[in-house]
Amino acid sequence: MSRKNTADTDPQDPGEISGTTRRILSAADIDRALTRVAHEILESNKGPQDLVLLGIPRRGFPLAQRLADKLAAIDDFDPSTSLGQMDVTMYRDDLRRGPSRVPWPTVMPARGVDDATVVLVDDVLYSGRTIRSALDALTELGRPAVVRLAVLVDRGHRELPIRADFVGKNLPTSSREKVRVRLAEIDSPAAAELGLRGAAEATPQDRERYDEVVIEG
Amino acid sequence: MRHLLSTRDLTRDQAIEILDTADRMAEVGQQSVKKLPALRGRTVVNLFFEDSTRTRISFESAAKRLSADVINFSAKGSSVSKGESLKDTAQTLMAMDADAVVIRHGTSGAPQRLATAGWIDAAVLNAGDGKHEHPTQALLDAMTLRQHRAALAGEETTGTGLDGMHVVIVGDILHSRVARSNMWLLTTLGARVTFVAPPTLMPVGVEHWPADVVFDLDTALARDPDAVMLLRVQRERMHAAFFPSEAEYARLWGLTPERLAALDAAGATTAIMHPGPMNRGLEISSAAADSPRSTVLRQVSNGVAVRMACLYLLLTGAR
Repeated sequence: MSRKNTADTDPQDPGEISGTTRRILSAADIDRALTRVAHEILESNKGPQDLVLLGIPRRGFPLAQRLADKLAAIDDFDPSTSLGQMDVTMYRDDLRRGPSRVPWPTVMPARGVDDATVVLVDDVLYSGRTIRSALDALTELGRPAVVRLAVLVDRGHRELPIRADFVGKNLPTSSREKVRVRLAEIDSPAAAELGLRGAAEATPQDRERYDEVVIEG
Repeated sequence: MRHLLSTRDLTRDQAIEILDTADRMAEVGQQSVKKLPALRGRTVVNLFFEDSTRTRISFESAAKRLSADVINFSAKGSSVSKGESLKDTAQTLMAMDADAVVIRHGTSGAPQRLATAGWIDAAVLNAGDGKHEHPTQALLDAMTLRQHRAALAGEETTGTGLDGMHVVIVGDILHSRVARSNMWLLTTLGARVTFVAPPTLMPVGVEHWPADVVFDLDTALARDPDAVMLLRVQRERMHAAFFPSEAEYARLWGLTPERLAALDAAGATTAIMHPGPMNRGLEISSAAADSPRSTVLRQVSNGVAVRMACLYLLLTGAR
């Protein structure tokens, strides 16, 4: 379940779920949205030159992987050198609230980020604070030429002057509601068995079964 | 976690959380900017009543990599040598708004006293107290052991314990806080610990601890341990006749070139660990210290990562 819930602090917090759950995107919807976003990224970058995808843990990374696979299928994009994962935990502004967070791994793309067009990938854009941390974290890794933001869901309620360049689905929400993104790589029973720290390979069947975006409350 | 006083109090989940965080902290060393902003504006006081170079430097660089401000305080040349009490020293430091106090003290339990007496409001990290514990040393040893096994198996370290590993700890168990902290932590993480020492350097009541006791080093090494950890012969504590001569100690309890050759001949994967500083030619031969099995330098760099993880976990999160 996405940590971009109302509290935006505790991933384990079940919160007050008032019962109603609406499914906003199915597995096929997510796949179609990512396909469109992949084309938009190529269009805006005028091709795959110097393109780097950085997923933000946890669910931003599987999304970045899927986008990278699509980019590789459409055009000359090499995920083995241009896909990475960037943890932003240490750059958050809420480290002194809620429980301590264990950081996730940062995996730099082999080509680095210097002079690249870096596309940050995350699951839900909400307050914008995660992206603020990501921009800080990115400056420590190098100096990209351009930084863009791709998100699966933009649910509004920004608290900072940040907007996404590529959006899978604009989703007007109330701040009392919670948006949950579930992805097979992280939320399938096989992945859950690997524990909190693991991520599983996901077959198309797994995605069909476990991928979804829902609104609770 | 509010303080880090001993590894005996750590649960398996807490220990693994620290080790996983330390793995991430180690990656910072590979970034172009080797600094994280997580503890900006926080103050860490290093309060060292006993001599130490590497632990203090390790804590200092850990705090600095997390952007904390560091105040070093050593008892020599301070008001402690004029007779100031631990309480007054601590309260003076608190008046400077310390967020964490890293304390090394010659008396067992001093960090516990500092943490629980209500004198101060800061997180307390034990950096070695008397013959009691040295928890960050045990954590960095566990991190090194975890890496050793993961490298051999070609697996990830994240989330794993030390289940099924066997570690032989050799030397002055009687005076060693490193041995005690390691014993508690490694057994919590699922490893088996064997102590090897001359009977004079084995503490009374060792049979009540979760460790095997062997008096012969070759017997212990023949059991194909995953690691052998040599403890420093602490000359400053050798006030009684614990063993006849240094030469005899080196021959019977030291990791000699002959014992190293026997490990190589047996095709063992045993790692050689030492908390430092080493007495070459006494508890560890130069051949062993410089062999590819030696993890001594990795232990030092893991020490910074582990201390970053501890400071980070103690100083973030809501109180």
